[in-house]
Amino acid sequence: MEKFKPHISVEKLNVFYGKHHVLKDITVKIPEKQITVIIGPSGCGKTTLLKSFNRLIDLVEGISVSGDVRVDGMDIYNGKIDVTNIRKKIGMLAQKPYPLPMSIYDNVAYGPRIHGILKRKELDRIVERYLKVAGLWDEVKDRLKSPASRLSAGQQQRLCLARTLAVEPEIILGDEPTSALDPVSAKRIEQEFIELKKDYTIVIVTHILRQAKRLADHVIFLYMGEVIEAGPAREIFEDPKEARTRAYIGGEIS
Amino acid sequence: MDRRQLEEAFFKGLMIASTVIIVGILFAILAVVLLKGAPLLSLSMLTQTPKGGYYLGKGGGILNAIIGSLYLAFGATFLSFIIAFPIALYLQEYARNRFASFVRLSLDILWGVPSIVYGAFGFTIMLYLGLRACLLGGIIVLTLLMLPIMTRAMDEVMRMVPHELRETSYAVGSTRLEALLRVVSRQALPGILTAVLLAFGRGIGDAASILFTAGYTDHIPHSLFDPAASLPLAVFFLLGTPLPEVQERAYAAAVILLVIILSTSVISRLLTTKWTKFVIK
Ligand SMILES: Nc1ncnc2c1ncn2[C@@H]1O[C@H](COP(=O)(O)OP(=O)(O)OP(=O)(O)O)[C@@H](O)[C@H]1O
Ligand SMILES: [Mg+2]
Repeated sequence: MEKFKPHISVEKLNVFYGKHHVLKDITVKIPEKQITVIIGPSGCGKTTLLKSFNRLIDLVEGISVSGDVRVDGMDIYNGKIDVTNIRKKIGMLAQKPYPLPMSIYDNVAYGPRIHGILKRKELDRIVERYLKVAGLWDEVKDRLKSPASRLSAGQQQRLCLARTLAVEPEIILGDEPTSALDPVSAKRIEQEFIELKKDYTIVIVTHILRQAKRLADHVIFLYMGEVIEAGPAREIFEDPKEARTRAYIGGEIS
Repeated sequence: MDRRQLEEAFFKGLMIASTVIIVGILFAILAVVLLKGAPLLSLSMLTQTPKGGYYLGKGGGILNAIIGSLYLAFGATFLSFIIAFPIALYLQEYARNRFASFVRLSLDILWGVPSIVYGAFGFTIMLYLGLRACLLGGIIVLTLLMLPIMTRAMDEVMRMVPHELRETSYAVGSTRLEALLRVVSRQALPGILTAVLLAFGRGIGDAASILFTAGYTDHIPHSLFDPAASLPLAVFFLLGTPLPEVQERAYAAAVILLVIILSTSVISRLLTTKWTKFVIK
């Protein structure tokens, strides 16, 4: 296995929904400032794994989690940790864009305000900066006060990206972040990710193999709750070691 | 026509008939009240309290009941909101599932309790405490009457808020309370307003619960411990007089009650459209 500096490292992670064993002994490392793509068939546990990184799975009733998830070496399932700090550090982009029921400006300012930034000038600067990073500024700069619900789906997803970035996370998680978008908007989001990886660690779930090939530096192949293979993108796509990986990449299992 | 088309035509007819009946009843009520009450509406009716011979057909007005009703209804709406909103929030996030269902069931039962029972309950408590009928007593009993309606209506609209919206809020590091106050409540705002209005309508129109608890008086209440008149009871007492020309004044009181209810609905409709813009579908 290739050497790299892990930003997130998961060890022997087991997740149950009630009695249903969804993640089985997961041990993986997520490299810093690269794009890691998690692939695997529907229902294999990709979303669950992703949400275990920022403890969003805590919210599910009847869930039980064991094992270690370390972010920068810090065990995030340790009782003493403040969950809100973890989630500030690890931003997430959902499958379907969900703007908040407020103006475009307030959407981006939402996180910073919660974390105590209240000065108008500073908020203005943050909103402009991250709307620019998300590639939305030019389209919305004249209507920052209008409801976010009026944006198109593609614009909404870029707004969500800006909102995520505005709390200055180090890691960005994306759960099939382009699946509700048209091809052009999807391309734009992909482009954003490629630009963002110089500053952020990015983990994306997708089941579009071509997208995975376009984006991935590092790949994790998940199958029925187990990590079958993980490694640099080129290795996984061109020379998979495992028969099941080969079958999935060859389109035989989906 | 085959059987299925006939079936459709029959049920469509039934639906139209029912709708026509209900709209017809609404207009019939409005027509009767307006036709009988509107001609009697006068400035003195709105600006004066009953003079000595008011119930015998002499001069004066029902300002005491108008002011009394506004105090009672707004006071109780305010108090209910202060209590109902936290309960609704609590039910969303913090209550365990089984406890939440128990609370919801209790509220639903309370919703169905007739208002005279609230009145009798309040009256008993006040007797026990040695209090006489007063504005505060009326407000508290009306609050009890309005609480289940307001709480359950708010609860239901908040439950409709997609789970993903909360998740979005948590994902930037909000606490549960921040998600509830800044996102869930915001999304549910139009519905919350409707809940408040629903309770207000029930409160301002209710007579039985305040009959013994707020009492009735010809004077305008000057403190929470003065008895207070109300429009529903004004209608009741005026209709109960033997003189037809005094009975007519009951319809004028009813018109005023309708106008208050109508104007609050219109105002809240306007607010709702303003807020609905921000709601995420
Ligand atoms: N809240 C839940 N309660 C119970 N079981 C769940 C819950 N969420 C997911 N599961 C189960 O856990 C397994 C993994 O689900 P998960 O959503 O992580 O899969 P996924 O790989 O993201 O699938 P997809 O590609 O369809 O999004 C599935 O079998 C699913 O049915
Ligand atoms: Mg998924």
